[in-house]
Amino acid sequence: MSNYNNLKRRQFLINTAAFAASAAVPLGARGQPAGVKVGILHPVSGFLAYSGNLSRMGAQLAIDDINAAGGIASLGGAKLQAVLGDAQSKPEIGAAEVERLNGEGVSAIVGAYASAICFATTQAAAKYNIPHVVDVGVADQIVQRGLKNVFRFSPGYKLIAETAVNWLHLLNTLARRPASRVMIIHEESLFGTGTATLLSTELPQLGFKVVDVIKHANPTRDFNNIVLRIKAANPDIVIPANYYNEYALLVRTMKQQNVAPKAIYSVLGGAASSYKFVKEYADAANGVLDVNHWFNPKDKRAWALKARVDAMKDQFFTYEVFLNYQAVELLADAIERARSPKREDIMQALGESTWSKHFMPYGPTRFVDGQNQGAQPLMMQVLKNDIRVVFPNTYSEAEPVYPWKA
Amino acid sequence: MLELSVLFPSILNGLTTGAVYALIALGLTLVYGVLHIINFAHGAALMIALYGVYYLHERAGIDPYLSLPIMVPAMFAGGYLLYRFVIGKAGHGKDENILLVTLGISIFLENLALALWKSDTRSIETSYTFSTVAIGPAMIAVPKLVACAGALAAAAILLGVVHGTDLGRAIRACARERQGARLVGIDVAHVFAMSFGIGLACLGAAACFLLPAYYVNPQVGNGFVLIAFTIVVLGGMGSFAGALVGGLLIGVVESVCGLWLGESLGQIGIFVIFIAVLLFRPQGLFGAKT
Amino acid sequence: MKELARIVVFAVAVGLLPFVTSSGVVLNLVIMILYAALLGQAWNILAGFGGQFSFGHAVFFGTGAYAAAVLQTGFGWNAWLTLPAALAAGAAVGAFIGALCFRYGLRGSYFALVTLAFAEVFRILANNVPFTGAGVGLMVKLATGAAHFQFADKAGYLYVMLAFVVTGLGLSAWLKHSRYGAWLQAVRDNESSAAALGVNVFRVKLAAIVLSGALTAAAGVFYVQYFQYIDPGLAYGPSVSIEALLGPIVGGLGTVWGPVLGAAALQILGNATRSLFAGTPGVSLMLYGALLVLMIMFLPQGLIGLARPSARAREKDRAATPAAAPSDGSAAAAATRDGPPA
Repeated sequence: MSNYNNLKRRQFLINTAAFAASAAVPLGARGQPAGVKVGILHPVSGFLAYSGNLSRMGAQLAIDDINAAGGIASLGGAKLQAVLGDAQSKPEIGAAEVERLNGEGVSAIVGAYASAICFATTQAAAKYNIPHVVDVGVADQIVQRGLKNVFRFSPGYKLIAETAVNWLHLLNTLARRPASRVMIIHEESLFGTGTATLLSTELPQLGFKVVDVIKHANPTRDFNNIVLRIKAANPDIVIPANYYNEYALLVRTMKQQNVAPKAIYSVLGGAASSYKFVKEYADAANGVLDVNHWFNPKDKRAWALKARVDAMKDQFFTYEVFLNYQAVELLADAIERARSPKREDIMQALGESTWSKHFMPYGPTRFVDGQNQGAQPLMMQVLKNDIRVVFPNTYSEAEPVYPWKA
Repeated sequence: MLELSVLFPSILNGLTTGAVYALIALGLTLVYGVLHIINFAHGAALMIALYGVYYLHERAGIDPYLSLPIMVPAMFAGGYLLYRFVIGKAGHGKDENILLVTLGISIFLENLALALWKSDTRSIETSYTFSTVAIGPAMIAVPKLVACAGALAAAAILLGVVHGTDLGRAIRACARERQGARLVGIDVAHVFAMSFGIGLACLGAAACFLLPAYYVNPQVGNGFVLIAFTIVVLGGMGSFAGALVGGLLIGVVESVCGLWLGESLGQIGIFVIFIAVLLFRPQGLFGAKT
Repeated sequence: MKELARIVVFAVAVGLLPFVTSSGVVLNLVIMILYAALLGQAWNILAGFGGQFSFGHAVFFGTGAYAAAVLQTGFGWNAWLTLPAALAAGAAVGAFIGALCFRYGLRGSYFALVTLAFAEVFRILANNVPFTGAGVGLMVKLATGAAHFQFADKAGYLYVMLAFVVTGLGLSAWLKHSRYGAWLQAVRDNESSAAALGVNVFRVKLAAIVLSGALTAAAGVFYVQYFQYIDPGLAYGPSVSIEALLGPIVGGLGTVWGPVLGAAALQILGNATRSLFAGTPGVSLMLYGALLVLMIMFLPQGLIGLARPSARAREKDRAATPAAAPSDGSAAAAATRDGPPA
């Protein structure tokens, strides 16, 4: 399997060469079956670049693997052709890229990581009936708008927040209720605010007292004040919901100021279930709990993929990577069953999908109004410098350590 | 929420954070005071400097504070060349054009960093990353205390240069009266380039003090630009003492407003001050009234 | 009226586009050019004709966008009806900021920076106030149909934007040739002389910012109707403020066609760099930034300078004199208000 960097360079050269040669060379004059073009659209520049690049890498890896295994069999071994797009972290650019992808004749689109961008891209794609598999985008409105071309394989934040609350209650009860006071620290935009609102409503119903909810900006340069307030309020559990940089700064500052609650229980924690974070801040990371997207740890294929990603220079097996990998495989399965590269056929096949050959803890796929019903998060904990699934029992690899003794 | 046990550490935190802001604003105030240009590329230049400090640590094992003698001259050279050969040339003397040029440079630099070093956030860990010093009930991180000292030192050095050297005199002359300076034989273009270089050199220093307490990625500069502008305005455009005092003040305002109004809404304190100063005392705290 | 003829030709040419092509890429590009042009025209009224540079035009854009979104989602208004409300809101914010700033004599870079601060203040408020949806933002329900200001195909959006841009062109032409416009340009060129000649500087500037605010708010409404989602960052963030000033400066400050030319050039440049370099992140924007700098280096009058030989000759003369330093006393340098370096 080729190294990812070589692939990037090759792709760049291919793009340039194709552009230069496009006028001169007539298309499709070979004996191979025509490829199926798939738009891979992510914010690979701008403030979401980190996640966007990981997402693109995951999608591209899947396309390579599928092609290496013979492509789409029902179409005579047709290969998947990635048509890359950069949303530049802006919804309007995402929409413009959809126009370009449509112009290039893509059969489907996978993307666009961020919810705000997904709103624009799914709608633009709907105008051309292009099936759009949403890779991450956790806002529930993405699938509740009545657009028939949207398919989200992973869960939305409402389900994740509700699951997180129930599991916290279970965890706490099983440990004989050592905690009752919680404090929520969230980032100020869509996913943070939405998650925090849900948590603040649901937690009291299960007997927890929300002592404070702190909203912070993106980016936040300094967490000392927030940590001061945590110290003063002295909650049993701190619940962060934010992006990688802020999460890392928060946890580092808590360690610096010797603030050690009974648990740090993140919901969609930006850095919590990140191998990058665990590698760089082992001390601060240990013990952190997180309810987040995760792969099924009992499935060997996930570990095999992780090993390959780990072997790549400076790459980590994050949720952006495996969710995109699975999104592309979901799409490939649909194309296989549709036996056609036509958009309507693929859309129909996606709608009827019962795909279960994935390595996510979702069971067989079933879409209702664009949302995969089996999708669910898992609860992980950083134990001994590694991330292990601790809940639910069907998937757990280790016992949760709760409360955490620093 | 405003008990002394929380307020006092919060104010101290604000002071130390403000010191770093001041370091970043020192360069900007010089560039504005002398060249009268609003440098949109200031944040991107800080980002480049941060990457410099990062790679010096990662590849050569040099401690960030020890890389000061490398970063400061390097950023100075970069700033001088950038002004002499790009900004000065492309600006054609029109302020709106210079504005666009610095904007274009900032887009270019941010994406150059993205293309070269990818979008990962990087931070360094040193032996003192997690060390703190207890001052009363407050626990102040060591890197931030060092930044405080650094800001004071930098302001003092800059004041010394501007008031005590020939170059400084030339800079002041060009700032006050360009045509006159030209007439008495000062090479204005060279002086402007030197000033821009010094402005960026300050960012080199700021980066050395900032990285141990923070991180770097291609977009990191954007978070500091607005605050830097606010401090420059508050302190008085062109005044180093103003940038220092302004930085500390803004740091404290940010901290206390964050406590009082919440971290998200609290940011408003900075900009309300910004607007108030511009309306009621546009020359800032230390600017001369004309 | 040569200007009127040119505007009509432009309107007809663009209006015929949906009949000539059905390419989504082209139509979307033209729509986005018109949108950027509208932003630029509004900015140009205040900055190009009035000499008051604003770095925070997003404050008007966001207000218009939120007016449209809040009235639809919170109060069930019809989308078209939100347009006049948004215009009024944009005008009101313009009046507020203008009254405050011009009352205190803010000019040049001080004015520019204060508008930046206002945009940030509005952004922070929008993030923390429930009726704007705070950080979650507002999503306008999908309801395709001309009656809902959400068109099934792009032509509808194109015509609406064309109408706005033509209005903008008309306004700019009027500013160029009317008495009010003469006052405004006099204030731009030399405020104290204009005052000495009897121009009510405060009222003239206030009218300009009100007009500019209203027009920018219209762009905000369009954004909400085209993309159906708004949040504080999109509404009041620096992205829109930068977009508003890039077009006119690149195209030609203080001219009728500058904003349109600049918007077209920048959008086409953006599209082209994106499709050429989709593979490696950052390269397309690097190219964009570099080309921006080069454009300014070789076309200091903006793109309009290409069409004006007299302007080019003047520029050659200026470049020939031995000074590669910024000038004094141009509109954006408030030389009288600076203190010396301490």
